[in-house]
Amino acid sequence: MSGTMNIKLKVWRQAGPKAPGKFEEYTATEVSPESSFLEMLDVVNEKLVLEGKDPIAFDHDCREGICGMCGMMINGVAHGPSKLTTTCQLHMRSFKDGDSITLEPWRAKAFPVIRDLVVDRSPLDRIIQAGGFISVATGSPQDANALPISKMDADEAMDAAACIGCGACVAACPNASVSLFTAAKISHLGLLPQGQPERYRRALSMVAQMDLEGFGGCTLFGECMAACPKGISIDFIKRMNGDYIWGAITEKPEKVTLGSG
Amino acid sequence: MKLDSRIPSGPIAEKWDKHRFEMKLVNPANKRKYHVIVVGSGLAGASAAASMSELGYNVSCFAFQDSPRRAHSIAAQGGINGAKNYRNDGDSIQRLFYDTVKGGDFRAREANVYRLAQVSVDIIDQCVAQGVPFAREYGGLLANRSFGGAQVSRTFYARGQTGQQLLLGAYQALEKEIARGGVKMYNRHEMLELVTINGVARGIVTRDLITGKVEAHVADAVVLGTGGYGNVFYLSTNAQGCNATAIYRAYKKGAAFANPCYTQIHPTCIPVAGEHQSKLTLMSESLRNDGRVWVPKKREDVGRKPSEIPEEDRDYFLERKYPSYGNLAPRDISSRAAKEACDDGRGVGPGGRGVYLDFADSIKRLGAREIAERYGNLFEMYQRITDENPYEVPMRIYPASHYTMGGLWVDYNLMSTIPGLHVIGEANFSDHGANRLGASALMQGLADGYFVLPYTIGHYLASNQFEKVTTDHPEFRAAVEAVEQRTARLLGINGKRTADSFHRALGRIMWEQCGMARNETGLKQALREIPAVREEFWQNLTVPGTGDSLNQQLEKAGRVADFLEFGELMCLDALHREESCGGHFREEYQDAGEAKRNDDAFCYVAAWEYTGDTSAPVLNKEPLAFENVHLATRSYK
Amino acid sequence: MLKFWDSSVGKKVVMGLTGLILVGFVIGHMAGNLQIFLGMERYNAYAKLLQEDLIEVTWAVRVVLFVSVVLHALSAWQLTRRSWAARPVEYDMREAQVSTYASRTMRWGGVFLFVFIVLHIGQFTLGWKWLLPEFARGAAYGNVVLAFERPLWVAFYLVAMFFLLLHLFHGTWAVLRTLGLARNAAEPLQRRVPLIIAIVVTVGFSLVPLGVALGIVR
Repeated sequence: MSGTMNIKLKVWRQAGPKAPGKFEEYTATEVSPESSFLEMLDVVNEKLVLEGKDPIAFDHDCREGICGMCGMMINGVAHGPSKLTTTCQLHMRSFKDGDSITLEPWRAKAFPVIRDLVVDRSPLDRIIQAGGFISVATGSPQDANALPISKMDADEAMDAAACIGCGACVAACPNASVSLFTAAKISHLGLLPQGQPERYRRALSMVAQMDLEGFGGCTLFGECMAACPKGISIDFIKRMNGDYIWGAITEKPEKVTLGSG
Repeated sequence: MKLDSRIPSGPIAEKWDKHRFEMKLVNPANKRKYHVIVVGSGLAGASAAASMSELGYNVSCFAFQDSPRRAHSIAAQGGINGAKNYRNDGDSIQRLFYDTVKGGDFRAREANVYRLAQVSVDIIDQCVAQGVPFAREYGGLLANRSFGGAQVSRTFYARGQTGQQLLLGAYQALEKEIARGGVKMYNRHEMLELVTINGVARGIVTRDLITGKVEAHVADAVVLGTGGYGNVFYLSTNAQGCNATAIYRAYKKGAAFANPCYTQIHPTCIPVAGEHQSKLTLMSESLRNDGRVWVPKKREDVGRKPSEIPEEDRDYFLERKYPSYGNLAPRDISSRAAKEACDDGRGVGPGGRGVYLDFADSIKRLGAREIAERYGNLFEMYQRITDENPYEVPMRIYPASHYTMGGLWVDYNLMSTIPGLHVIGEANFSDHGANRLGASALMQGLADGYFVLPYTIGHYLASNQFEKVTTDHPEFRAAVEAVEQRTARLLGINGKRTADSFHRALGRIMWEQCGMARNETGLKQALREIPAVREEFWQNLTVPGTGDSLNQQLEKAGRVADFLEFGELMCLDALHREESCGGHFREEYQDAGEAKRNDDAFCYVAAWEYTGDTSAPVLNKEPLAFENVHLATRSYK
Repeated sequence: MLKFWDSSVGKKVVMGLTGLILVGFVIGHMAGNLQIFLGMERYNAYAKLLQEDLIEVTWAVRVVLFVSVVLHALSAWQLTRRSWAARPVEYDMREAQVSTYASRTMRWGGVFLFVFIVLHIGQFTLGWKWLLPEFARGAAYGNVVLAFERPLWVAFYLVAMFFLLLHLFHGTWAVLRTLGLARNAAEPLQRRVPLIIAIVVTVGFSLVPLGVALGIVR
């Protein structure tokens, strides 16, 4: 096993959503290359607590790269230098003794800072609320095998459904656009036969919601795809655009028929 | 305390149907007048909240994470069982029922398990309709795979992310209902107290983790879907935030806690690498299909490179001890065998806590490509964490705490001993007995949430009259005050140790004395040590900051405080159960390393009743009757 | 319709569709320009065809182009403002991972191209004397030669063509994705056809000032 490292940290500290923020510097000493990035921060925090100082707040939960809770800009890259890796799965062996690391929260108007590296990602939930579901009530479905789905479609839907909702796409996008997240859900459901009845309506309303939340538009930089820990392809954005256009062309006004209940 | 399991009469296959007919219904127009609180947004909580909202109830749902989609159900890898018999291989509801009861080492309630097997079929239909992208065959129909403890292929899966996809299905249903206005979602809210009025659950007290505001919420019924208590071991495969606070608070308000000593240790996890480790990562059990487990025969070989240890100096201990099941022996048995080898001084890797899982033979037989096809993503994950290439050197694995079968006692209607308090998913004790089979946790969470609770809660609501109360009621005020005082107390100790350091201390005791193998001496020692740690906690804890904004140390301290009490209950239960069954292995009760049950004395559910901080909890017993499955010794030799 | 224009996807579609029109135009324009290598007579005849014989068609094209440029620029401007507003606090450090230089210069490159187009029309169509004092109406060939005998103009045009190359490289690739028409690709960021289009158009245009500067066209 190799020796331990000393790492210089430059961390964004902000006491609350309205408070002004600034960078502060810390040194993480005797960091084991075997430890994870968040474990390195745990040790820094433990030391801060014992000194009576406020520890660095950051979101995290499963620490196995699936819950989507963690995420920060590490030296200007969302989730840090390892590809297809969430912050919690990043290990210190990706760094060298003496390295300086700058830590910043996801920055977007739609993701206000709650504290330090913790941001409010509730717009992602609201985008799902706008139509990221199939309207089927519990108990109503037919037999699961009554509807064959080609393996290719199921696999592609799964590629899109792998999104963990971490928000790295927004963080990495120069436009702070949420298109990859939105497109992944539109594509997951739109690729499956169950998702067809609501397909175009879903695209129209989810796109409207992402605009309403104040995210930027997509200019296909491709940065979202590079940052995505699940490697979700920007091809899904193309699919979202197609569904949106077709939806806008064919949209029918909703009719209210009195007494039809 | 009277434990009335409310199991309907009649033949087992007809109980649920009969019960559904006999239960009272709430008039559709009246449903919106009832307010139900659901705590937790995992598979059980999200599916229950969404389904009840669809029925018309007025639901509030609480989660401590920033979104309901983060709940730890999301981390389940392998799959979900469903007795569909799509493979035509002899599966049936009866067989799933039997496998689950046997897998649980005959410590589960038959009627509940049978119902679980019955509704397992509907779960698959429901999830497919929601758009869960299960694996499919070229013909377009659903694919299945086999899993431990079963001889049929009944497991449905979505790559290695089945839990994620099922949770997203439930999450999307929940978001749909939030958008419709049927569910009000409270993210970043932690439940810190249950409120009972005249012994009936009528609400909860929460802390808004952003503003620190302590709030009371009134309801006609409360549902806990808050998961298990595996983090009592500090290191586990659970998420960092998983905690026992909600169920433990309910226990202290009068809900009986059942079988806390039944915990599952999963054999294939990545071993501990350093002292600051915060988490253990599970590697899917499926690896044992093609990997061979071994340690060196001689202690002096431990430090050598595995490739330098000749074949004749390797001990393939699972194959040696269990020739017919070999490397595919059940979880509890494989875990214990690995521990034994390490206790014998033959463990490998840092700290001597690991065994090899070797793919060299399979790679030789099948080719590296075929192995990559089957386990590529797992090998990548292993390499990402350990920086070792499992195609070249054997993996190192070690058991870790993974799931807890114990939980709050519930009757057939999933209601605890507190009227109105319902408990679903891993948080209750109901279906897995003393050991859970693979791919059954997802099934149980969704069965409770989609197909059981929405019916039984209606029966409860229709059968009772609810006095109108507000948060001004003395019980609510007292609960809010208690939470505020407790928060102030945690903040005011100003000692010298962090909450994490106490959690680590507790975890070490629990893992050593109440982990994979337990004995009387160790458990008694733990029962002496835990109170000492707890005492120091309340004198020497330090929590920086204040209670009126996001304070993650404060959250942690509250959860550790509850674990420090709960750990004692767990040891007490383990000490009283003088037999070995499933995940509970008492070293005194074995047949040459095999668990020895004592059905004459211990064929019951142990439901512990809180009597006060200074008095011992009271043991209540619910006898288990096996009318459809014959009690037999589990054998995997 | 208004809802469509209001949405970020709708605006991007408008930008893409107008961009496609403009791409079609630059290809035709480039091909027409190359006739300068066929001699003065042929080139002036081509100019006469556009400016006198087919003047109605030319006007129709001009209107379409004018509307396209306006919509293209307007949607770009509004989307840019939306993007700026979407990240009020900039990162202290952000490292581009895969985005191309071309994609990152679309906005300022676009502004430069707009300025270039105005000057270019002023110089060769409207005959602004401050840009080309010797401008003579009807003598298209002569005007071109006179302009590009000045090295500064050659340099300016070549710089503009470089920005056009970047703009086309990203634009022709992105437009199919914006319109939802491209096929799925294993490497969606790879762009061969756009590179060919961008190089052909840029080289084609650049040949004219270069031809004059090198004395091939005189």
